[in-house]
Amino acid sequence: MGIIIDEDTRAIVQGITGTQGSFHTKLMLEYGTKVVAGVTPGKGGTEVHGVPVYDTVKEAVEEHEANASIIFVPAPFAADAALEAIENGLKTVVIITEHIPIKDAVEVMARAKERNVTVIGPNTPGIITPNKCKLGIMPAHIFKPGIIGIASRSGTLTYEIAASLTRAGFGQSTCLGLGGDPIVGLNFIDALEMFRRDEQTRAVVLIGEIGGNLEEIAAEYIVKEAYPKPVVAFVAGKTAPPGKRMGHAGAIIMGRAGTAQSKIEAFRKAGVPVADKPSDIARLVAERLGKNQ
Amino acid sequence: MKLFEYEAKGILIKYGIPVPKGVLITSSEELDKVSAKINPPYVIKAQVLVAGRGKAGGILFAETMSEAKDKIERLLGSEIKGIKVQSVWVEEKLRTKTELYYGITVDRYRKTYIILASSAGGMEIEEIAEKYPEKLVKFPVNPLEGFRPYHARWIAKKLGYERKQMLELASIFYKLYKAAMDYDAELIEMNPLIETIEGNFVAADARLIIDNNALYRHPEYEEHFEGEYTKDEIEAKRKGLAYVKLDGNIGIIGNGAGLVMATLDAVQLYGGKPANFLDVGGGASSDRIAAALNIVLSNPNVDVVFMNILGGITRCDQVAMGILEAKKRIGFTKPMVIRLVGTNEEEGRKILSEAGIHVLDSMEEAAKKAVEIASKTFKR
Repeated sequence: MGIIIDEDTRAIVQGITGTQGSFHTKLMLEYGTKVVAGVTPGKGGTEVHGVPVYDTVKEAVEEHEANASIIFVPAPFAADAALEAIENGLKTVVIITEHIPIKDAVEVMARAKERNVTVIGPNTPGIITPNKCKLGIMPAHIFKPGIIGIASRSGTLTYEIAASLTRAGFGQSTCLGLGGDPIVGLNFIDALEMFRRDEQTRAVVLIGEIGGNLEEIAAEYIVKEAYPKPVVAFVAGKTAPPGKRMGHAGAIIMGRAGTAQSKIEAFRKAGVPVADKPSDIARLVAERLGKNQ
Repeated sequence: MKLFEYEAKGILIKYGIPVPKGVLITSSEELDKVSAKINPPYVIKAQVLVAGRGKAGGILFAETMSEAKDKIERLLGSEIKGIKVQSVWVEEKLRTKTELYYGITVDRYRKTYIILASSAGGMEIEEIAEKYPEKLVKFPVNPLEGFRPYHARWIAKKLGYERKQMLELASIFYKLYKAAMDYDAELIEMNPLIETIEGNFVAADARLIIDNNALYRHPEYEEHFEGEYTKDEIEAKRKGLAYVKLDGNIGIIGNGAGLVMATLDAVQLYGGKPANFLDVGGGASSDRIAAALNIVLSNPNVDVVFMNILGGITRCDQVAMGILEAKKRIGFTKPMVIRLVGTNEEEGRKILSEAGIHVLDSMEEAAKKAVEIASKTFKR
């Protein structure tokens, strides 16, 4: 089980001939991900790590029955790549690329919704269902199969928390990087909804940060739905000053909105324990699971 | 990228949106431009990119030219919330009947642009939402439909206007959306948008923030960093580092925005004060690590540097070499606390321990250690 991707995922890599695209194609293949084709306009007919490269998504899909794409295309061309994937019927599109303009991301998300496509990212480390499939750039060895679903707005902080969960004996059903941009495909509610239906997942860890109000909306959802599985959260950016962008395009406190305090309060009100520091997550998960049994 | 008011108004003019007649003054030699172009009374506005400019004394009024002269000279070179005033925008004072609010921003949850409009303006949007929720009109734009003239008319009507006024207002709304899209605005705001005694509409103040990620489409603003960032922040940007200066004494470097934020939080949790946020990004080379150390150590308040690296794409041996290189190049002597785990961890540790630098395993342990060193330094 796990969500979105599994052993039946057949992925193409858009931007496969670039440094990042090629490097991570190799790592994904080594992990066992079925990378069936690559796309780089102008490089059709070549091969990267034994994976055939096409000029267009259409050709790649026709030849290899792909159902997912992972995009490493540079920001100015990334929206075009995503729209190409969406129009050609791929059902899961993971956009690793950082620095995509908001206006482009808005269009991609609207087209994806119209065609019922799941978009992950942009500016995401990707998604991993341990020992089954990895569509992303995360260091695979820190993940182990298990019962925790993770959804996060950040990269390395997710690795930090996943590694500590693994050390504590909690493997993961799926670990999903939502992305650090203001406009991203999946949000916390989508992730909660999918983890709710996934039998393997028995608890969910949400890793949020300053900016926007998606954590607050997730907290409302948890209350409204009387969410049946334990949820534990961490929110980064308690020390972030207003008006400054903290690395991620989406991590900014605007006016009075988007503070860590507001998100932490919303979670606590919804009965979701919020860890003071990343290493407390595993303990909180253990406590919540204990209570639930 | 925040634009100055006068720049935002320049764009509004280009799109045919009425703004008060005004002139930019950067030195007292240019004062003649005011009387040549505008009749009193005047509004004199410091061009600084800080919120709450009016309350901080950045907006003054003058009935006569001589009064205006005094006030312009007083504002030029003064400081508003710590930012030096380099220029002032002087404009005609309008006879106001009503102040409206109109803005376009990004709705993260709906994944689209949203228009916010209110017949109560002249204060921050959060305040409007709190005090006059019934007057706030929210209109999310369907990206596949776009924003159409009939949408604009619907909003104008909702604000309580009819006939010619409704049409005039709708035309302004439509033009502003076009400007927002053409300039990749993350936020565009007319606040207040004024209804004059004569019944016309004029954008008395304008704000425009361009999406940084779209700057490549607006090369005219690429070097436009004055006012918004400090010198170090601009320097860091050029090197591909995300740096934000804070007021503590523990310099912090890490890889990944979320991890660095969490590192700052951990330092604060143990009673320390971060001197900065610095994200070296993914796959940082030894060169980038050295540049990061250089920027953090250029802040004289820094007593100790805490480096927190979790190697994924970033390789620990590269980081270790970067640290040694920086040590050689800039010869710093300040204490360092290093936490280094992940890809090529052993090699990284070996390089550092051979150079006599101790490396820690856990982020919390390292944060505690950094706080301990910083507090000792403080007492000395």
